[in-house]
Amino acid sequence: MGYMLEIQDIHKTFNKGTINEKVALNGVNLNLNPGDFVTIIGGNGAGKSTTLNAIAGVWAVDEGKIIVDGTDITRLSEHKRAVYLGRVFQDPMTGTAATMSIEENMAIAARRGERRGLGWGISRKERDSYREQLRELNLGLEDRLSSKVGLLSGGQRQAITLLMASLKKPKLLLLDEHTAALDPKTAAKVLEISDKIIVEHNLTAMMVTHNMRDAIAHGNRLIMMHEGRVIYDVAGEEKKKLHVSDLLAKFEEASGSEFANDRMMLS
Amino acid sequence: MIVEYFSLLDPAALMRNIPGTVAQGLIWGIMALGVYITFRILDFADLTVDGSLATGGAVAVMLIQGGMHPAVSLIFAFLAGMLAGMVTGLLHTALGIPGILASILTQISLYSINLGIMGKANQSVGITQQNLVASIKYVSADDSLVFFAKMILGCLILVAAVYWFFGTELGASIRATGCNPQMARAQGINTNYTKVLALMISNGLVGLSGGIYAQYQSSADVNMGRGAIVIGLAAVIISEVIFGKLCAGKKIAFAYTLAAIFVGSILYYMACSLVIWLKVDSNYMKLFSAIVVAFFLAVPYLKEKHAVKNRRAK
Repeated sequence: MGYMLEIQDIHKTFNKGTINEKVALNGVNLNLNPGDFVTIIGGNGAGKSTTLNAIAGVWAVDEGKIIVDGTDITRLSEHKRAVYLGRVFQDPMTGTAATMSIEENMAIAARRGERRGLGWGISRKERDSYREQLRELNLGLEDRLSSKVGLLSGGQRQAITLLMASLKKPKLLLLDEHTAALDPKTAAKVLEISDKIIVEHNLTAMMVTHNMRDAIAHGNRLIMMHEGRVIYDVAGEEKKKLHVSDLLAKFEEASGSEFANDRMMLS
Repeated sequence: MIVEYFSLLDPAALMRNIPGTVAQGLIWGIMALGVYITFRILDFADLTVDGSLATGGAVAVMLIQGGMHPAVSLIFAFLAGMLAGMVTGLLHTALGIPGILASILTQISLYSINLGIMGKANQSVGITQQNLVASIKYVSADDSLVFFAKMILGCLILVAAVYWFFGTELGASIRATGCNPQMARAQGINTNYTKVLALMISNGLVGLSGGIYAQYQSSADVNMGRGAIVIGLAAVIISEVIFGKLCAGKKIAFAYTLAAIFVGSILYYMACSLVIWLKVDSNYMKLFSAIVVAFFLAVPYLKEKHAVKNRRAK
């Protein structure tokens, strides 16, 4: 079986030729097997979110190739790649349309990659299925299908965005610090939902996080990034045995500095 | 002096003006419906309107002069408006020009194009022209009620069509683009396409409005759309201020919102005719419109600012 995702030596420099020039990705290589759930950690500016944005096609990379399930998507525009990708963002506002209802948001997501024509935007059958899926979230959203998403809390919006990402099974689920803006209790709940959705649909997933415990506890593989490169890649049993202290040591070894001041969190 | 001023005001004259004001409000309401699509649904300040309204009028009048049935000419007025919207859309999406500037460029170029269509600044429809879709003559005719019933029916059909369209998959993708383009793209929506499409539909309605209004006043003028965007915004905002709460939460709230725009437009023209009746110099009408729009646009912002201040104080 081939890889679900192949990232071959991608480079990206922002503001090239100006005093604000910033090398964000400096030769990232990564291969994911189908069903891999990889957590990504690293300090500020390490290139974690930038890697996810490169895959999503928010901008074009300068060099390198991105291949999803055998299809080279390096030159595809953002909306065309969306067919392959489910995305959840750090800001709960980003993943949903606030002025549209829960069911309308879901109906839009259910049509990802399909031609959108003059058929009615949502069918009764769909509505029933959405209600059932919302019920499983246990957030009391099943009775609020026609509520505007803008009225919901950040956690509820992230849960809906997760559901939306899985309505049309993606080849790859990209979670970009999707719990960072939530309080600890809600964050735990959203992580639990993420795990459940990934397992249920047997998804290949990447999750950027600042929380090392989460990075160890979730997924079957962990990578650490530093200065636009992957510096550590661990999977399986070895990953399960990791401790936060191991990661800290690894980071210090790579960067040659302590990162007590960094945004990376220990708990 | 005050007594003298009031004695000059004739209540009967104000009443006499009402039917004409309503007709004008309905016709311009179609334009306001177009403005609503860009301004509220797409979140795009589209100034193409000032040009495309006159384009619709010019196209309709020239085709009628050439012998076309006035109703059929409106199809071409609609298409001409769509074309104008497409130009703005492409300037913005394909060439990366900021939206408001793209629309100004189209608006300015339409001034020349409208002159080109008409050959001069003003063209009129013959006095004996039959079958006009709307005309000042109908307003005071014996069967004016039939005319108004037809006008209202026509406007309701447009409301139904726009309501239907924005409920479809395609329409929903335009709404998502206006609300959150990042989400729209993540869900596979080509936001460039939806933007151009929304601008085309919007300006199509504006062109249609211009075509009907030119028939109504028996002429098209290169300046007939000047300030149209402000009138459109005024109609939208008046409708939101008065009917916003009433419409919210209803089952087909969006349809009520769209229909309310026509009422907003009528109320705007009522207010104008009242101001003129009060013998205010009509030169000041555009200033008056701008102040009304600025005021109502500022209200939600100032309310929010005030609320934040209060929260901090606590």
